[in-house]
Amino acid sequence: MKTWRLCVLLLLISVLAWCAPGEITVAAASDLTFALTEVAHRFELKTGNRVKLAFGSSGNFYAQIQNGATFDVFFSADVDYPRRLAASGLAVAPTLWVYGTGRIVLWVPADSPLSLGKMGMKALLDPSVQKIAIANPAHAPYGRAAKAALESLKLYDQVRDKLVFGENISQTAQFVASGNAQIGILALSLAVAPTMKDKGTYWEIPTDSYPPIEQAAIIPTAATDKPLARAFLDYVRTPEAQAILRKYGFQPPPEKP
Amino acid sequence: MNWQALALSVKLAFIVSVVLFLIGMPIAYWIAFSRWRWKFLVESVVALPLVLPPTVLGFYLLVAMGPRSPLGRLWLRAFGHSLSFTFEGLVVASLIYSLPFTVQPFAAAFRSVDQQLAQASATLGISLLMTFARVIVPLSYAGIVTGLVLSFAHTLGEFGVVLMVGGNIPGVTRTVSIDIYDQVQSLNYIAANQTALLLLAVSFLTLSVVYAVNRKVWAL
Repeated sequence: MKTWRLCVLLLLISVLAWCAPGEITVAAASDLTFALTEVAHRFELKTGNRVKLAFGSSGNFYAQIQNGATFDVFFSADVDYPRRLAASGLAVAPTLWVYGTGRIVLWVPADSPLSLGKMGMKALLDPSVQKIAIANPAHAPYGRAAKAALESLKLYDQVRDKLVFGENISQTAQFVASGNAQIGILALSLAVAPTMKDKGTYWEIPTDSYPPIEQAAIIPTAATDKPLARAFLDYVRTPEAQAILRKYGFQPPPEKP
Repeated sequence: MNWQALALSVKLAFIVSVVLFLIGMPIAYWIAFSRWRWKFLVESVVALPLVLPPTVLGFYLLVAMGPRSPLGRLWLRAFGHSLSFTFEGLVVASLIYSLPFTVQPFAAAFRSVDQQLAQASATLGISLLMTFARVIVPLSYAGIVTGLVLSFAHTLGEFGVVLMVGGNIPGVTRTVSIDIYDQVQSLNYIAANQTALLLLAVSFLTLSVVYAVNRKVWAL
């Protein structure tokens, strides 16, 4: 009799546990701050599950996952990090998915005398510009793109003494938004974000002047809830979520046959 | 290993500890002996960098140095360029950041000097300044060394504030801690490890000096 009751209880608990909302922790590059917050919120409303978001530098997350961090999904601003994780068995290789391409823009504060619409890239050479903020090209993907664009447009040697490096793209934005640098090269996703929109104006740098900033997500091997992680990634693939990403300036992923 | 970054950090730490020695002495003296009722407010301000996260200090410094703050505008008008992203900017930031590491050991040492010695000196007609220089300072030797070494070591290991106001310019604001961070970010773990190990050794050495002096291992 006792055993029978115990069995029913166990069954009940397991059914409850199965129905009860799950929770995943997502590590994401800081350029996704606004877009992914909105996507995750919609996902929570739809499914009742909880998504905890951690934003930061992709390189930091990469090092943390290597050292045993248990993120359920990793959104990297650079496809290179997930590829390395997959190659070393720290992430589930088939889950690698290029979710979008980042774009870079010139950005000046609202009180700037520079007119980006008229000057374009020439604004960087204006005598009023003393400091130009870009993300660190040594490790930040947007910094690498910024440097590549400056080089391909034959501007790098003229501006290199004016460059200051932000640790990531958000800190780079802070340098310009605070007026300490007169102009900066930022991610389009930040320039159109609610908190930055009214602070300045942007001008999109031609995409053919720098290699595409391919961004990718992957599920680490150490993920605690892989099915839910997959469900979340599936949701990010839906047209609804893709529309949000596009709204924040991420180009849809290239179609693969 | 990035010797340029290491040299820059040592230069910064040296300048900062010398300047802090000069401004820390009078501040510490005042804190040690003033009987002003509101002294605790000044003490709290001096100790603030101990508890404030570097992000807060760095953010306020960045805003203060920017062209939208009165201070930033004043500096811009006087020198033609902003204080942010310059070596001088790092010096100013570090002075604030390391101030308690100088002033607190100084003040504690001054306070622990037997007041009767200072009073005896005064009754012999010696001026306050001379009493300070010839009675209080020699008797506060260990505390002064502690303050100097701690401000040096603390500036050497400074990261957050430099990151926030420095802009990571090689040879100007890329200090050794920023360089280590960059190496880690670029996945050059071996290079990062080498520099980090050196910094660890230097920090251990400086702290050992402090504690050795305090324990009077060698009669100094």
